[in-house]
Amino acid sequence: MKYLKFGSIVVAFLFVLSSCKSNDSNESTDNFDRGAMLANWADNIIIPAYTSFDSKVNDLKTKTNEFTSNPTEGKLQDLRNSWEAAYVSFQNVSMFEIGKAEELRFRNRLNVYPTDVPQIEGFISSGTYNFDLPSTIDAQGFPALDYMINGLGENDTEILSFYTSNANATGYKNYLQKLSETISSQTDEVLTSWTAGYRDVFVANTASSALGAVDKFTNAYIFYYEKALRAGKVGIPAGVYSNGVLPQNVEAFYKKDISKELLMQALDATQNFFNGKKFGGSANGPSYKTYLDYLNTIKNGEDLSVLINNQFDAARAKINTLKPNFVEQIATDNSKMLETFDELQRNVVLMKVDMVQALNIAIDYVDADGD
Amino acid sequence: MLPAVKNYFQKTTSAAPLAVFRVFFGTMMLISIVRFSLHGWIYKLYIEPKFFFSYYGFHWVQPIGNYTYLIFIVCGIASLCVALGYKYRIAIILFFLSFTYIELMDKTTYLNHYYFISCVGFLMIFLPANAYFSIDAYKNPTRAFLRVPRWTIDSIKFLLGTVYFYAGLAKLNSDWLFHALPLKIWLPSKYDLPILGDLLQQEWVLYIFSWSGAIYDLTIPFLLLYKPTRWFAFALVVIFHVLTRVLFPIGMFPFIMIVSSLIFFDAGVHQRIIRFISRLFRIDYSRIISKTNEKSYRYKRSLALPVVGIFLGIQLLFPWRYALYPDELFWTEEGFRFSWRVMLMEKAGFAEFTIKDMETGQKFMVDNDDFLTPFQEKQMSFQPDFILEYAHFLGNHFKEQGHKNVGVFVKSYVALNGRLSQPYIDPNVDLMKEKESFKHKNWILPFNDEIKGL
Repeated sequence: MKYLKFGSIVVAFLFVLSSCKSNDSNESTDNFDRGAMLANWADNIIIPAYTSFDSKVNDLKTKTNEFTSNPTEGKLQDLRNSWEAAYVSFQNVSMFEIGKAEELRFRNRLNVYPTDVPQIEGFISSGTYNFDLPSTIDAQGFPALDYMINGLGENDTEILSFYTSNANATGYKNYLQKLSETISSQTDEVLTSWTAGYRDVFVANTASSALGAVDKFTNAYIFYYEKALRAGKVGIPAGVYSNGVLPQNVEAFYKKDISKELLMQALDATQNFFNGKKFGGSANGPSYKTYLDYLNTIKNGEDLSVLINNQFDAARAKINTLKPNFVEQIATDNSKMLETFDELQRNVVLMKVDMVQALNIAIDYVDADGD
Repeated sequence: MLPAVKNYFQKTTSAAPLAVFRVFFGTMMLISIVRFSLHGWIYKLYIEPKFFFSYYGFHWVQPIGNYTYLIFIVCGIASLCVALGYKYRIAIILFFLSFTYIELMDKTTYLNHYYFISCVGFLMIFLPANAYFSIDAYKNPTRAFLRVPRWTIDSIKFLLGTVYFYAGLAKLNSDWLFHALPLKIWLPSKYDLPILGDLLQQEWVLYIFSWSGAIYDLTIPFLLLYKPTRWFAFALVVIFHVLTRVLFPIGMFPFIMIVSSLIFFDAGVHQRIIRFISRLFRIDYSRIISKTNEKSYRYKRSLALPVVGIFLGIQLLFPWRYALYPDELFWTEEGFRFSWRVMLMEKAGFAEFTIKDMETGQKFMVDNDDFLTPFQEKQMSFQPDFILEYAHFLGNHFKEQGHKNVGVFVKSYVALNGRLSQPYIDPNVDLMKEKESFKHKNWILPFNDEIKGL
């Protein structure tokens, strides 16, 4: 009869367990709600950031049209200012490679550098190009515009001559216009997709699997930080991945003096996102930080959110030691670039290893968990 | 041989449990293969990657481009033949070979479950699973038997029991029992499950899952063996595995375990299953019986018993090989695989490789994306044998590209069961100079903590 007793104990235990369920669900309002985090991301950060970027991009389009209809030095300067504002603003949305942006490969369409000058010149002289083709990504976006408004000549007069006295001035004007229009139409498409339905799909997809929004987004966010921010903006030009330095791979190579500003903006944007800070505001909502803090109450582990924020700050301190112009920084003292890379690197480890583990983010949809 | 032992090996029993096991195992395998291909995983895991991680000594097992699909087709057809009991011996050998080949192609996809299936496949080569309720037996009545040697069914029970019991022993460690790790990492993220989701946020619930998991694994073989507790144990098996299916992405395995544990039931239960299947597929059950030989199956050569004996002996001993290595098993993973350490740890890592010209000192880092899929990169970054193999691949790749005096170094961090990540591999060791072997890898940095337990 012993087994019966044992059996009934276990069965009773299971009953206790199942009865707890109904009791607990009332008082478990302190559960972390991934849906609320997704809503904060979408409503307070992603959509406002795209909206702000979209207005900058529209202004860029307007300024481009004004310049091409009447190319003067003053209009060129207006266009440059508008381009710079849009480029800086882009750093706030570049990390959101999900949904429409992922489909369009938005970041690649807008910001692959160094830009391919021979290809651009070839397109201008032939007059035929299709920016939807993947082979044209390094002849479009902000880096191509950078070349068109900062890199065509040594000084403003020389640059201006391409749009006025050059035999193919129309070709240059058309290309410039096409570049701005493409950035604008791509951005419109992404923003519209968020406001016209994707927001709800995103927020509702609270599943905890590789197909869930949190998992997918986190993979994209960390990929951005590791590959685009750490490697692209700092590591590659500093020669970390090559024999010797590659100053021509600096972001905004022709403008030269804003590469630090772009990096700083990107770092601020990623850190603000980590903390769930409202775009253009100061309030913090549900985020990686609050999620990690919540999980810590279960796990009693290290205070990961503090470590990650400290590391963001440490990287910022290193970036502050850099010159505004990274080409110059690499030429004069590349070790500062390498030190910055190392500081950025530590957060790759904290986010890609520790945070991903704590949040139990799946990287791929295969039978693989924990075995 | 002791008379009792000798007596045991002469005992016979109904062939029905073995037949049902064959039918279910073959069917499950067929479904697994179809599911695998429908997910597009054949392409994704075995054709798309540029590089594959090999098991030590099995480097010659590689995917064969688009012909890799053929291996899966062979494996699927073999599974079906096993289920039907058609040309059983050839089918189960083909199944074992093709399935094992698939698993050996890339150790990135290593799962205990897959190893378990290879083991069962190997064992079944030596069992007369087609003696009853099979096309073979139907077509050739001289090969149809109502009874088979008892040890043939017991060997499957023994293998299953070992898997459970060893999985239970492996859970007797401080992380699992006293910190509820790694369940504390895995389960809270399942917050969106109905009812259960809220519970999984409670620390005490996670401890209950940990402890009951360990108790379950350690006791279930005995509860299944003992007739009075058998149905109760089977109910536990179903509950446990359905739960694991809900909580973890482990595919078909829970269902395979559920139907496998039917082997513990008496012949009567299996006869009812066979009748049910017969009705379902309109098979004339009485004709099958009428063709069946009243004698029991006898092995012609005495090879099967020693092979199965040695195989099961290896199964008992092999998992203990980790004791021969120094340092923490979970950290070094030396002797971790093939030892039924199931769902025991959560590990994540980051590994970035530097290629260095050892004469000029010139160096550059490698972007893993150029060579590995995200899944491969993930698995590589916390397992030393992966790191070493990949380092050699990179070294040879850059040598071929014309780089000279190539040294390969890795900067890596690993987090184990929620501990903060710490450096993993000695960054000053030129991995090109290190060779894979069964010896301890002394270039793994020490683990700054202790996990007590077996």
